[in-house]
Amino acid sequence: MNSCTERLYNGLIKENPTFVMMLGMCPTLAVTTSAINGIGMGLSTTVVLVLSNMLISMLRKVIPDSVRMPAFIVIVASFVTMVQFLLQGFVPSLYDSLGIYIPLIVVNCIILGRAESYASKNPVLPSIFDGIGMGLGFTFGLTCIAIVRELIGSGKIFGIQIMPSFYEPVTIFILAPGAFLVLAFLVAARSKIMKKMAAKGKEVPKAQRCAEGGCASCGGCEGKVFPTGQEKE
Amino acid sequence: MSEQLKISSSPHIRSKATTSNIMMWVAIALLPATAFGIYNFRDTHEWLVVIVTTAAAVLTEYIYEKLMHKPITIKDFSAVVTGLLLALNLPPTAPLWMGVLGSVFAILVVKQLFGGLGQNFMNPALAARCFLLISFTGRMTSFTYDGISGATPLAAIRANVEAGNSALAGVNSMDMLLGKIGGTIGETSVIAIMIGAIILILMGIIDLRIPGTYIVTFALFIGIFGGFVDGIGFFNISYMTAQLCGGGLMLGAWFMATDYVTSPITKKGQIVYGIILGVLTGIFRLFGGAAEGVSYAIIFSNLLVPLIERVTLPKPFGKGGEK
Repeated sequence: MNSCTERLYNGLIKENPTFVMMLGMCPTLAVTTSAINGIGMGLSTTVVLVLSNMLISMLRKVIPDSVRMPAFIVIVASFVTMVQFLLQGFVPSLYDSLGIYIPLIVVNCIILGRAESYASKNPVLPSIFDGIGMGLGFTFGLTCIAIVRELIGSGKIFGIQIMPSFYEPVTIFILAPGAFLVLAFLVAARSKIMKKMAAKGKEVPKAQRCAEGGCASCGGCEGKVFPTGQEKE
Repeated sequence: MSEQLKISSSPHIRSKATTSNIMMWVAIALLPATAFGIYNFRDTHEWLVVIVTTAAAVLTEYIYEKLMHKPITIKDFSAVVTGLLLALNLPPTAPLWMGVLGSVFAILVVKQLFGGLGQNFMNPALAARCFLLISFTGRMTSFTYDGISGATPLAAIRANVEAGNSALAGVNSMDMLLGKIGGTIGETSVIAIMIGAIILILMGIIDLRIPGTYIVTFALFIGIFGGFVDGIGFFNISYMTAQLCGGGLMLGAWFMATDYVTSPITKKGQIVYGIILGVLTGIFRLFGGAAEGVSYAIIFSNLLVPLIERVTLPKPFGKGGEK
């Protein structure tokens, strides 16, 4: 069970897909216009991730190595279709606002990355927890970005008016440029906090770049492509 | 300034051109347009907006550099110029907080986060104007003149064309030249802007290459395609005058497109840059969603500057003959 909690911690903090690994940027930037969209997108991805990790881990000895990618895609696509129909049936408003980004979960690099680098090599239970950890990490990242954007861009959080009535919403934050601005500021803030923790001599969670279970399906960049602040100095 | 650069024995010729000197002259050259703007929109107390916006830009730079333990550079006047340009780009109805927000965005996000003066990838004042324009479209495009809110000449031309009237109905070129029209604080008077531009040219701070190519390209573009789109005939003189004097073209061409940091340094590149600016401004004005397009044209061309410089870099003597 120890490896399961380790997987959760890994997904949420150490290798957070949004703020550390910078994976799945397309839905991250596109759907985070309101907190409810961020959570909806994150949880849909989590469900697909957990189920696909589970099934791929079960079938890891059955799937031949040479056709593993098509096999993974078929599995992921089936789960995405199920999630899509469920959303359309039970939360049509969320389905409408997420739009094309629900079917695009199939090609989300977090899901294929976890399948390739973790689930296809590890037993079922840790794979499920890996999916939960990574999914919740993604949901957490999306929700953080979405809350900031919604608060500044429309003065609300989860559709509830937070800012006083004289506040004029800075609309650019719920448009495309705002997504880049908020993401950049949050990543910078995270790096700053990590640096401070390192300065205080605390144990700093360091992402294992391209090592076992790290930087999904990467061709061996040796950490040069996605350097994080705390590794530079 | 550069003490590591002693490469030969004296005597040396020292140029008087320092950053603070150049920026001070740009600020001085902006004064006629500023003064006219304050006079023109005196009923809405524009002097307050100008002062507060400029002060906010300087203060932001000071606080950021103080907090980051960097050398304080507010004495080089670059923050003053940024704040002043931003103020001149605000509509006369702009509330004070909007100027402050724009100044903070210009200095903090566009200039300092990218490394301070010389490192910004687009003109800070214009980036802040576009930030405000996207965020508060209503406020940024409501223009009043003499207490009456009305369309700017460019907006009037567009409305006339859309309503099927003669394009130039109600547009007086003489008023546009003098500046007795609605618009942002600093853009209305062509004469006041030209006084500043002549100061800059005489001081050798800018040359005609960028603004000249920009304005000529734009005039040709609007002369040819304005005939198709606005149904006014080719090279209609009063139509072209209205387009040249209207909106932010003059302010943009003389003061913002010529920003040293965000314009090409090669001579060929400057001409290419001017042509791109002219064509883009023409496209945005004639075919775009809004009546004005100078600020978007300039910040978009700013992004192309590294590419322009790469292809127009002159070959060193002796290179390129044999491979």
